[in-house]
Amino acid sequence: MPRILIVEDSASTRAFVRTTLEAESGVPAVEVSEAASGFDALRLLPRGPYDLVISDINMPDINGLELVQFMRKSEQHKNTPILLISTQSSERDRLRGLRLGADGYLAKPFGAAALMNDVARLLSGRGSERDG
Amino acid sequence: MADPTDKARDEFLSEAQEIVETLSRNLLDLDTSVRAGSADPGLVNEAFRAVHTLKGLAGLFGAGRLGHLSHRLEDLLDDLRLGRMTLAPEVLDVLFSAVDAYARLLAMAREGSDEPVPAVEELLARLDTLAQHAPGKASPSSDYDLDPGLLAVLTEYEEHRLRANLEQKLGLYRLRVEFDLATIDKALEDLKERAKRHGEIITYLPAGEATSPDAIELDLLMASRDDLATLIGSLGADNVVIEELPRRRSVAGSIAPRGTTGRIPQQQGGESAAPVRAGEASLDQGPSLRSLTQTVRVDIRKLDNLMNVVGELAIVRGMLARLAERLRAEGERRTAADLLRLHRSFDRRLAEMQAGILEVRMVPLGQVFERLARVVRQIGREMGKDIRLVITGAETEIDKLIVEELSDPLMHMIRNAIDHGIEAAARRLEVGKPIAGTIALNAYQKGNHVMIEVEDDGRGIDGDAVVEKAVRLGKLSAEDASELGREEILALVFLPGLSTRGTVDDVSGRGVGMDIVKTNIGRLGGIIDVQSEPGIGTKMTITLPITLAIVSALMVDVAGHTFAIPLSTVSEALSLDAGGTRLLDGREVITLRGTTLPLCRLERVLKLTRPPGQPAAHRNYVVVVSLGNRRLGLVLDHLVGQQDIVIKPLGRSLSTVRGFAGATELGDQRVGLVIDAAAIVDEVLAQSEHREAPVHG
Repeated sequence: MPRILIVEDSASTRAFVRTTLEAESGVPAVEVSEAASGFDALRLLPRGPYDLVISDINMPDINGLELVQFMRKSEQHKNTPILLISTQSSERDRLRGLRLGADGYLAKPFGAAALMNDVARLLSGRGSERDG
Repeated sequence: MADPTDKARDEFLSEAQEIVETLSRNLLDLDTSVRAGSADPGLVNEAFRAVHTLKGLAGLFGAGRLGHLSHRLEDLLDDLRLGRMTLAPEVLDVLFSAVDAYARLLAMAREGSDEPVPAVEELLARLDTLAQHAPGKASPSSDYDLDPGLLAVLTEYEEHRLRANLEQKLGLYRLRVEFDLATIDKALEDLKERAKRHGEIITYLPAGEATSPDAIELDLLMASRDDLATLIGSLGADNVVIEELPRRRSVAGSIAPRGTTGRIPQQQGGESAAPVRAGEASLDQGPSLRSLTQTVRVDIRKLDNLMNVVGELAIVRGMLARLAERLRAEGERRTAADLLRLHRSFDRRLAEMQAGILEVRMVPLGQVFERLARVVRQIGREMGKDIRLVITGAETEIDKLIVEELSDPLMHMIRNAIDHGIEAAARRLEVGKPIAGTIALNAYQKGNHVMIEVEDDGRGIDGDAVVEKAVRLGKLSAEDASELGREEILALVFLPGLSTRGTVDDVSGRGVGMDIVKTNIGRLGGIIDVQSEPGIGTKMTITLPITLAIVSALMVDVAGHTFAIPLSTVSEALSLDAGGTRLLDGREVITLRGTTLPLCRLERVLKLTRPPGQPAAHRNYVVVVSLGNRRLGLVLDHLVGQQDIVIKPLGRSLSTVRGFAGATELGDQRVGLVIDAAAIVDEVLAQSEHREAPVHG
């Protein structure tokens, strides 16, 4: 069962992502963990490996870009797919995230279909946006 | 979200509400920092983050108007935080009105309405105007040789802060700090707090995996006016390595430092920046999990239901006690003793449960005080008066439902204080007061009550003007007026239609008077008193019960019926011998410690019929109820005792009956009515005023 970590400081956005993942990924579903901040993510990561990390960019402690940077330097997480989600839908942020090693970028607001499309792509190990 | 469930929507709305409250606190801090000379960039960025998060949430949950407003505010705050616009007071005004606009939008969203809100439209127009006047000053182009690797990981805001600091010729430092993951939040917060004295921490970047899986190294990029030695002296510790980054050199964390390096022994004896060593905490995996799920939100109605269950259990407890009593009377001593022991244990647990539920319902008064701080600022600006608000006891806790209802009365009292109380600047100078008027908002707990004082250092209440107006409005005869003491005169301000100023103005004149304030406070089971010294100031004191859910009541018997009188309204009880009363203006009164106390026979006012075989007692009791400054003696047959009761609303058929606040279960499966002392005092004293009028007139 794929394990997914959601990193997002907004509780209702976390709930939305979790509900979508659980409802749309069929049976057997995915196993979802939630981190309410970048630091929580750092604490949960050692319990991995996760098959996918979905992270917000704008968070109060360490931001999503910093989390990407940390994971890419880490032996354990350097190959874990990362999908960034953020309201900052500027090209600059997308490029910055991908340059640091994220595999996808989804601008908020997004619907269930767009989310599942990216999740399926990254879980299957097909195409990171970085490569293509 | 395509089809948001109600629950998800509720959660979205409460989260949005919390963010707006945080934003409001944040703006107040910002206002303080602007007044102190410069806007704290960190606070501007936090405000930006709040609005940014709201925008994201609104998008996901299809709240279009909320999203649109957030989007526009985000643009404004982005200009502010990136230094493209300065934070003038008018801009801060717009931000403050955004808090109110959000409150309205959220209230509408809760009702499922998507109508345009005038206040929001107006705010959007003001945002348009601001945007047109924005100078559009771009960040200066880079004169500094910043490492592209570093720029890649800085957000736009962090990059701006870095440039702003470098422009001021501050030095740049890197602090490599190893944190224990379990305690990083607090340790980092402490370090940031100490670093503030020396400069600004621009960002922190994870440096990679540390020596232990339970630790992490962060590179903190810091701008400071102090030199390396000072920083090492102040911030250095076992787990902190500080180095200076030469100005025109690479500052990327990934490149090996060439600057001076200092690692010095821990200085301030176990400062919190030093983490708990990994081994000590590694066995306990608890903290990280707990930190994810510390709080739950609960609908207050669920707590009400629980409290009702507790009320019903209290009845069971009463029945157990009576059963034990009966067994003992029948000679079953051992069983009775066992049962009593059980009863005591049940009693203790029930009390704990009751206290637990009450504790959950409690929220700090700070919530409502913050809203008031905004009002003070706004009215002060409107009236051109400089007002200093001093708040004490914001942490005092009170029932959530009471807090909700307190906002309007307090707001009105504060409007009054600023408008009528605080003198114009010129007048204040003349009488030797500081130009800034002070309004103090104090809260504290006193026994089972919470006291809230609203105090100003203004002109005080002009007693003569109050009396004159009361007479003119026909509330009082000139003759009576001449006999009033200062306290009684001050109490006149709570009469309908009394305001010491003739005009209805924008600030305190919105058709709401102190009489409404008093009624609203009374509805919460509270009372309000006023003290005032001419030329020195006015103090209004509100006394409130801590909770509405459970009330301490005095149980009394009248004509064979049992009633509950909430103790919050009772000032004393005394026995009354037959013939101990006298008549004054056709009304029964007694003299109590030198003052005249009007009496009211509950039996008559409640129109009770005495059951056969229950003759009127020779000896009665008087329960003195006081509301504000009005007192009335309720005459009844017996005092039964004190009891905590759960008040339940009366059914619809009885809800129009005056004189009762609700019903409560008495424990022997009988239902008793709860006396609404405020209503009885109003009714009885109003009657006597009518009757007495011709006597004097």
